[in-house]
Amino acid sequence: MKGVRIWGCRGSLPVALTAAGVRDKLLTTLRAARGRSIATDGDLDAILAGLPFAVAGTYGGHSSCVQIDTGGADYFVCDMGSGLRPFGQAATAQRQGKPQTFHIFMSHLHWDHIMGLPFFVPAFIPGNRIVIYGSHRELESALRRQQEPPSFPVDFRIFGATMEFVHLEPGRAHEIAGVRVTTMLQRHGGDSYGYRFESGGRTAVYSTDSEHPLSDPAHTERFVAFFGDADLVVFDAMYSLADAISVKADWGHSSNIVGVELCQMANAKHLCLFHHEPVFDDAAIDAMLAETRRLEKITRGATALHVSAAFDGMDIAL
Amino acid sequence: MHLQIATRRIADTVVARPEGRIDHRTAAPFEDALAPLLADAVARRGPLVLDFSAIDYISSVGLRVLMVAARQMREHQTLLLVAALQGVVAEIFAISRFDRVLVVTATLDDALAKCSPEALAIHRSGNRSANPETAP
Repeated sequence: MKGVRIWGCRGSLPVALTAAGVRDKLLTTLRAARGRSIATDGDLDAILAGLPFAVAGTYGGHSSCVQIDTGGADYFVCDMGSGLRPFGQAATAQRQGKPQTFHIFMSHLHWDHIMGLPFFVPAFIPGNRIVIYGSHRELESALRRQQEPPSFPVDFRIFGATMEFVHLEPGRAHEIAGVRVTTMLQRHGGDSYGYRFESGGRTAVYSTDSEHPLSDPAHTERFVAFFGDADLVVFDAMYSLADAISVKADWGHSSNIVGVELCQMANAKHLCLFHHEPVFDDAAIDAMLAETRRLEKITRGATALHVSAAFDGMDIAL
Repeated sequence: MHLQIATRRIADTVVARPEGRIDHRTAAPFEDALAPLLADAVARRGPLVLDFSAIDYISSVGLRVLMVAARQMREHQTLLLVAALQGVVAEIFAISRFDRVLVVTATLDDALAKCSPEALAIHRSGNRSANPETAP
């Protein structure tokens, strides 16, 4: 397994930068350039390098979609949020018309995790094979239903690719295209499933839309084992801990604090904060990342845990 | 694991001072030790102040215990305050946003000032209404 690319990091609902947001970034950047040389591209790069990511970049707004680069010929993808659309365009351009196989692993079937499929270019190309895996019995019917009138103008018959659906038994390991894939039931409205991918001595865990009941030690132990020694854990950190266990209890999401604790207990190497709250702007996510890194530092045990915040287009090497 | 909480009564207020770490191993004993103090506060309709000056770490599980306790006290129109957070614990409260959902004060004096002027006056004069005692 070579790495992971984030195509959609946002929770619940896609969001976009507004004109006011872009203007704020430009103003901050121009102020930072005041009195400094801007004569060369090197000068400009130096100014941008000194700015926070929330100013010089953006976390982006596509809903959940994460690509696992297994190093093999087939594509591996988690969830089909709106980030599936740019992924599909990139994959189509990359392989230049050669038939491809896409293995797509569904955490669950809520709207923000399936909305990309009607716009997934590879599904329209004859010769491609799309294999959609999940543990919900309604896997196929839910995806067909979102493309039925009046929700969408064209149904599955428009797809030229072969569409296959595979039920994965939760709690079991499955060998798929040379990758060991283990699923686990998570706490979320209507259930969700986490995925652990193991290949070539590397492990990546995708665990989103997952609430952690803190009063249940057995639940904690299960997740510590599931995250055990992972090189990367992509983790639902949508809310603050206070919100997650009070006003937003039972909404099916978790926090940065629980992410740090579980990864520390599991001896994981990298925690990637994911499924960002759609009302958070770039500055709010920057602040959450800084706080989470601080928490990791002040609670660190024998080994450090690397903490990052997912953004659309982010590449993580494994 | 047994967690000791030293308690003292100051006028209408009980001040409880737990010591050590409240983590995934000690949160349950902490919850057990807190239960009779909450029941007592509800019964007498008097404030309960948790003096956290001797707590050096609290995990999410420990914070959940505080959330449940605060909810229980609110339901009975009784006040729970957390006072004198130290270094790491103060940062954990801020990062978790618990400093926004619980009544948190910088010092024990500040907590008493919020809930009982009489208790504050006694505390400041060094005249406590009862000897220190220890609850399980």
